[in-house]
Amino acid sequence: MTPANSTVAPIGRECWLPTLQLALQEVFDLMLACPLEIPAVPPPIEGLDITSMVGLAGQLCGILTVRCSSKSAARMASRMLGTPTEKAGNQMWDAVGEICNMVAGNFKNKINGLGDGCMLSVPTVITGADYNLHSMVNLEIQTVLLFEGEPLVLSLEVHG
Amino acid sequence: MDNLCTLIVDDSSVMRKIVERSLRQAGLGISQVLEAGNGAEALTAVEQNKVDLILCDINMPVMDGLEFVKQLSTMEKAKGVPVVMITTEGSEGHVVQALSAGARGYIRKPFTADQVKEHVLPVLGGKQ
Repeated sequence: MTPANSTVAPIGRECWLPTLQLALQEVFDLMLACPLEIPAVPPPIEGLDITSMVGLAGQLCGILTVRCSSKSAARMASRMLGTPTEKAGNQMWDAVGEICNMVAGNFKNKINGLGDGCMLSVPTVITGADYNLHSMVNLEIQTVLLFEGEPLVLSLEVHG
Repeated sequence: MDNLCTLIVDDSSVMRKIVERSLRQAGLGISQVLEAGNGAEALTAVEQNKVDLILCDINMPVMDGLEFVKQLSTMEKAKGVPVVMITTEGSEGHVVQALSAGARGYIRKPFTADQVKEHVLPVLGGKQ
């Protein structure tokens, strides 16, 4: 298969955070031609009004979310489409949904034995930051990376 | 033959554009690109057009990519038209399912234009 997906991590949960970061970085490297940075100091997380979610079911049950600002989402769409940001804005929901979908797929394909045992939902995208998500999880892994200097929050919330 | 009509099937319009751009960057002689948002739309597109190559996602609403490939294999008009799956579902089981259903190649998202070329070129045979 493709080199981007050739790394298979052990299933131990201690590996999930770096595996999530790698899955996200590969998507941005390959599909947006834009490396993400891991910030030396955690940046302030505010103004993130776009949330994309993909559900996981099967051996791993939970939800994977990617949060960013509208400005960042439009820039992502611009990079994916190869068009100016002002022309790509109306595609930003599709773009961040697809990014979340690719990150979820890339992540599960890196966890040994999970590829066939975990199904993904189609992505859902929420606009607005004033909401609470109650997903009844007992494990949450979160990481913040920088996309063009702006925070991008990736979370994996797992049941069981 | 260097005037290939390609059908790109994906429920994401952004992803359809990325796949189209990758095909053009790969220099595969694509002259016409048709788009469909799911398997059912893709079957209609195949009925109504002369398609030389199909690139298809798996997880889509209405009709998914595996069902599309199965139904496509029963269509006289689609005989010999190669299908390459492009999907996030990259497990061995999904690859086997897709190839068993009739797909000729399999590309995992995320991908590069070079990877698209690497997987598409062999299935085109003498067409390209």
